[in-house]
Amino acid sequence: MQKLSSPQELEKYRQDILSQKNPHQTIITVCGGTGCHAAGCHAVVDAFKKVLEETVKGNGIGLRVTGCHGFCERGPLVVIHPKEIFYQRVKPEDVPFILSETILKGKVLENLLYEHPTTGERILAEKDVPFYKKQMRIIFGNNGFIDPTKIEDYLAVGGYQALVKALFSMKPEEIIQEVKKANLRGRGGGGFPAGLKWESCRKAHGDIKYVICNADEGDPGAYMDRSLLEGNPHSVLEGMIIGAFAIGAKEGYVYVRHEYPLALTNITIAIEQARELGFLGKNILNSGFNFDVFISRGGGAFVGGESSALVASIAGDVAEPRAKHIHLVESGLWNRPTTLNNVETWANVPVIILKGADWYTQIGTEGSKGTKIFSLVGKVNNTGLVEVPMGITLREIVYEIGGGIPDGKKFKAVQTGGPSGGCIPESLLDLPVDFDRLTEVGSMMGSGGMIVMDESTCMVDVAKYFMNFLKDESCGKCTSCREGTKRMHEILTEITEGRGKLDYLDLLEELGWVTAEASLCQLGGTAPNPVLSTLHYFREEYEEHILNKRCPAKVCRALLTYRILTETCTMCGRCAKVCPANAITGKRKTKKEEGIPFKIDEEKCIKCGMCFENCKFNAIEVQ
Amino acid sequence: MTHSEIDTIIKDHGKKESAILAILQDIQSREKYLSKESLEYVGGKLHIPLTKLYRIATFFRAFSLMPRGRHEVCVCMGTACHVRGAQRVLDQIQLELGIRPGETTKDLNFTLETVNCLGVCAAGPVVAINGQYFGKMSPSKVEGTLKKFSEDKKGDKDAKA
Repeated sequence: MQKLSSPQELEKYRQDILSQKNPHQTIITVCGGTGCHAAGCHAVVDAFKKVLEETVKGNGIGLRVTGCHGFCERGPLVVIHPKEIFYQRVKPEDVPFILSETILKGKVLENLLYEHPTTGERILAEKDVPFYKKQMRIIFGNNGFIDPTKIEDYLAVGGYQALVKALFSMKPEEIIQEVKKANLRGRGGGGFPAGLKWESCRKAHGDIKYVICNADEGDPGAYMDRSLLEGNPHSVLEGMIIGAFAIGAKEGYVYVRHEYPLALTNITIAIEQARELGFLGKNILNSGFNFDVFISRGGGAFVGGESSALVASIAGDVAEPRAKHIHLVESGLWNRPTTLNNVETWANVPVIILKGADWYTQIGTEGSKGTKIFSLVGKVNNTGLVEVPMGITLREIVYEIGGGIPDGKKFKAVQTGGPSGGCIPESLLDLPVDFDRLTEVGSMMGSGGMIVMDESTCMVDVAKYFMNFLKDESCGKCTSCREGTKRMHEILTEITEGRGKLDYLDLLEELGWVTAEASLCQLGGTAPNPVLSTLHYFREEYEEHILNKRCPAKVCRALLTYRILTETCTMCGRCAKVCPANAITGKRKTKKEEGIPFKIDEEKCIKCGMCFENCKFNAIEVQ
Repeated sequence: MTHSEIDTIIKDHGKKESAILAILQDIQSREKYLSKESLEYVGGKLHIPLTKLYRIATFFRAFSLMPRGRHEVCVCMGTACHVRGAQRVLDQIQLELGIRPGETTKDLNFTLETVNCLGVCAAGPVVAINGQYFGKMSPSKVEGTLKKFSEDKKGDKDAKA
């Protein structure tokens, strides 16, 4: 690859790439996102490589491993272009048939198509699947087309055009104005207007400035940043370069989470390729602008995603937040003006620059423009990543895109905003989703985790779960956070183990208030949200635990008892076999011998639920 | 880990204080833990007091001060996995291995860890063993999944023989 030294050379290179691509060529794309990896896509890729090599010797048929397509529930996903045939849950043994039938004979394999859950109709194309229909994939859409390790693929879909526009036909101030006008708000959770941040940073004193991409996606249940960095790293890089030009920064950092090895690999490759082609380095495309990006790896601390903690960590210290009387835009990394934005925010920048703020602001609500990627997970049929316009209702996301709750169970709540967010009940399902509406109901946008909960999720247990998380992740600097989260966790444990008292609920509210008010950073500042929002919307569940010592969702172990229903028990003996505590006695019924009905010794029972899970005859009752 | 190996790592990242996290991460990923000797050597080379190194090594979850087992079992405790029963999967693994999170089995075969979120939420509950993801886990799948890793040790020996 040769370094490109002008916009004309880039355009020529792009045309070369496009001219080599035959629009009628059959290309098999296999989703290589982490969800599909967990479902075994690597074996499917290997199988394709093998059959292509053996039967057609690669004869004009392309194989491409792409980034995440989003529909993780149905992985491994395979899309065959140009007809866009969408196969889901593909197994390695399906591969020879796909080749011999679909690719060589043009016949569609019905059994691999997506089946509409209500009509039973088989759907051919990805875009017609209900999961994708209501989505608006302006940021995430290219993931399914490009191989993230090939910069040529990104250029082929128009990559780095926005950079050329920014460098050669816009002044830095104009770029900032455009981003301000687009009202791009931080996608990492805070929702602070990115344009304002950039403007303050540009105006801040000092020659040396930095831009940082926060890829320390720590919210449990959110993985859109991971998929963007894995699936389309150049879009993030392009956004960073444009931002750096607007602010006047010469150096940038991507702070990647320790738990995301593939994201680290792909962004590393992307940076090397961008350097090679001259999108990074000295005198980018002969514009006179110098900028380079480096990688910093996180160490697996949730608070490391807090901006001031992240900056400390890049500088080689522990990730402890500091008081932000002086903002990062004035004094951040190595005490220089620093602009820090999240992965998804950066990925929005090229789109805004290329299509303009007027186009961008047509999408969304008054206060929140554009789209947002959510990870729709938990107790929902179609789990995966969804990109929707701001202002869509929770009901549309959960029921139309998500396909509702599995096993005919009843919806209970949706948790947004990670440990800083809250649980939103059924009565608010028609709430339009944007930054301000979510905050109004006691939750928050956060980085975009959306965890659906059904009747078998205990809300007290969820609150306890988050407090356990936060007490472990609190860095310990502020007493209110360190002790507050710990004490709240203790109280919730008491309640879930049947030792709760009614006045504990007032105490929780009081503790929550102190923790939020007296903590320096937003980890403590928002820590009580999971408790306060569940207390607000699901108080009766707390009261049931306290007054009747009952867990209605049958989750809190200490309050459960397992019993074998003698009339339903077939005396197969499976429960006794799987019981790790040897708490089940009885005698198996065989053809020759009469059995003795099985029963559980409550003294010995450790309430692990193995018997319940393994009983095929629903003969185990939980109370 | 030999001093020259550590020297190479330091050279890769530059002999500066800000590279300390990256250096420790590389040592951790090769040696699977940070030994006292390694920390002392790095501290001496970079003129960083040992107290600061221990501060970093104990702050971040990525580091371990104890030797690790051959196979790392990492149970995701993210919210999506939690509501789908991750705790019961973890309980079952603890029963099977007889160790708690952060501990290593006596035969040094397994180290058990929990993680706040692996970002494979759609497939939850998820367990990662040596970085390989096992999705849609349940307590009854635990035994079979772990077996794959207690047996491959024998498999290796057979292959060599």
